[in-house]
This record gives sequence, C-alpha cells and structure tokens, in this order.
Amino acid sequence: MFEPEDPLKPRDAVFDEPWHAQVLAIADTMVQAGTFSASDWAGALGAALKAAEARGDDDTAETYYLCATEALEGLVARNTQISGEALAERKAAWARAYLATPHGKPVDLEAGKQ
Amino acid sequence: MATFDSEKAAAIHRHLHSHLPSDPALRVKALESLVVERGLIAPETIDAWVEAYSEHIGPKRGARVVARAWLDDAFRARLLDNAASAIEEFGFQGNATGHLIAVENTDTTHNMVVCTLCSCYPFSLLGISPSWYRSAEYRARAVREPRKVLAEFGVELGDDIAVRVWDSTAELRYLVVPQRPAGTDGWDEDALAAIVTRNAMIGTERVLLAGAT
Repeated sequence: MFEPEDPLKPRDAVFDEPWHAQVLAIADTMVQAGTFSASDWAGALGAALKAAEARGDDDTAETYYLCATEALEGLVARNTQISGEALAERKAAWARAYLATPHGKPVDLEAGKQ
Repeated sequence: MATFDSEKAAAIHRHLHSHLPSDPALRVKALESLVVERGLIAPETIDAWVEAYSEHIGPKRGARVVARAWLDDAFRARLLDNAASAIEEFGFQGNATGHLIAVENTDTTHNMVVCTLCSCYPFSLLGISPSWYRSAEYRARAVREPRKVLAEFGVELGDDIAVRVWDSTAELRYLVVPQRPAGTDGWDEDALAAIVTRNAMIGTERVLLAGAT
C-alpha cells in the first residue's frame, strides 16, 4: 500500500538503537499511567547523569541512554512489585534464550528460563 | 587439545550467536517484558509510542504553531498567555506540555531553553530532543556562558540584545517563538512553517531565513 508522506514526520532519524526508543517509551508510558511522576523520572535521570559525569563517562548519547536505563530500573524497583533481582534474572533469561535460538528464528523467552 | 578445541568451539558459538543483543538492550528487554507481564503497560503501547516519535511527532509540529502565531495575532496572544491551552487547537498537547510556556524573541531579547537537571523538553510538540540538548556540556554551559554557547551555534548577539535562559523542569517546559524573517510577506502557514527550525524553537538559532527550505 502506498500512502502520502506524513508532513509532520521528523526530518532526521530520531533514535540510533531500538532500545534507546524503548527505554524512553516505557518511562513515558509509566509516567502517563501514574506508576511514578514526571518529577520522579526527572530526578532519577538527573541523578544518574550526575553520577555518570562524576565518573567521567563520555558525554554521548550512549551514556545518556545508559543513564535512562539505570534510572528506569531504579524507579521500577521502587514503585512496582518488580525487584532488581527479578530484572537481573529476566535479563539473564533473555540472554540464554538468544543463545539457545538459531539465528533467524524467533527468540522465545521460554528457551532461556531455568 | 581439549582446551584449544573448547576455545574454538566457544568462538564459533559466539560467532553463530552474534545476534545476541548488547547488554543495555537486554536490560531494556527485561524491563519491557516484566512490565508488560505484570500488566503495568499494554504491550502495543510501547510499539505505538516508538512509531509515533520516530515517524510522526517532531519539530514540524512546533513549526506550525510558530507559523500560526506569526499570521494570527489573536492566536499569538493566546499562545503567549497560555501555550498549553493554545496548542490544543492543533491536538499537539501531551503529558510533556501540560505546563508549556511560549517565550517570544524580540529585537532586544533572545530566549534560550535548557534543562540543567536532565533532558526535560516539550516532546509532544517538538519530538525527541537532539543529542546535544541532553549533553552534560550544554546543560552546564547554557546557563554559565549562554552567549559563548550561542556563538558556537553561530548566533552572534550584540550587547543591545538581552539573553534569557529558561531552565526546564518536569512540570514546566518552554517553546521559543522566533521572529518572523523579512521577505515572507504574503506567505501562508505551510510556507512559513517550513522555515521554522527545531533549534530556533529551543533558542540556539536566531535569524531564520526566507528561502531556507
């Protein structure tokens, strides 16, 4: 199907990596859902950025999105029933699932669960 | 040798599975799958958000608002009085623009926006902020030495022009309304919107040019 180009489409590519977009999407959606407030998000992100600066991390988009991920993990652990341990275990399960899946096949989380 | 073979096998294994996402990508995948599983976010919401901000919501929204303010004095007055309400006429409101303030450049004033804490930005109106806006360098220097930062962006301001730097917060975000350039008499809203840049609406560009599209 052809369709006319959206006249309001951003001119440049907005995100370098899918996870950059996803971390902001999850954070903004959780703010809208009221899981935590916009001020909570700004505070957590600001603290993570300040810590990165203090460590001397590169002043790059990658550092920004790593800080956003760290901030979101902290807010999720503090404001939901999902603990930091559960996040770490789920991450490991995804890694195992990817390793257990031949290239080109859809990755099923079940394959990584222990 | 067993050691050699197992190392080789591991290398082949890594190669075959080089589609393993990066560490932060896996962290975000863990977040996403758990918040969806616990019913905190509907699964389609994240994809819809990413598509909206990649494909549809960007600075051209803000440009339309600025163009209308140039053409319609009554709208301009509404925008300067209550920007959050004025942009509802376009359907551009969102949770990042609940407390939006429009600040207007004049012959004697230049406005510039920063978020010194993190990256607060009216993204439902301007899209995702540029990388430099979120950098530690811009966040620190925009307040400390705004004229120098502006000069690096190519904006040279005379002493007769005052600079106002607005520090955004989670609750308060800003839109700079640049001055309408000469040579645009008789232009319609579409033509005017096409010359309004993102940086002009953040305040790191001052003089827009007719025919710059």
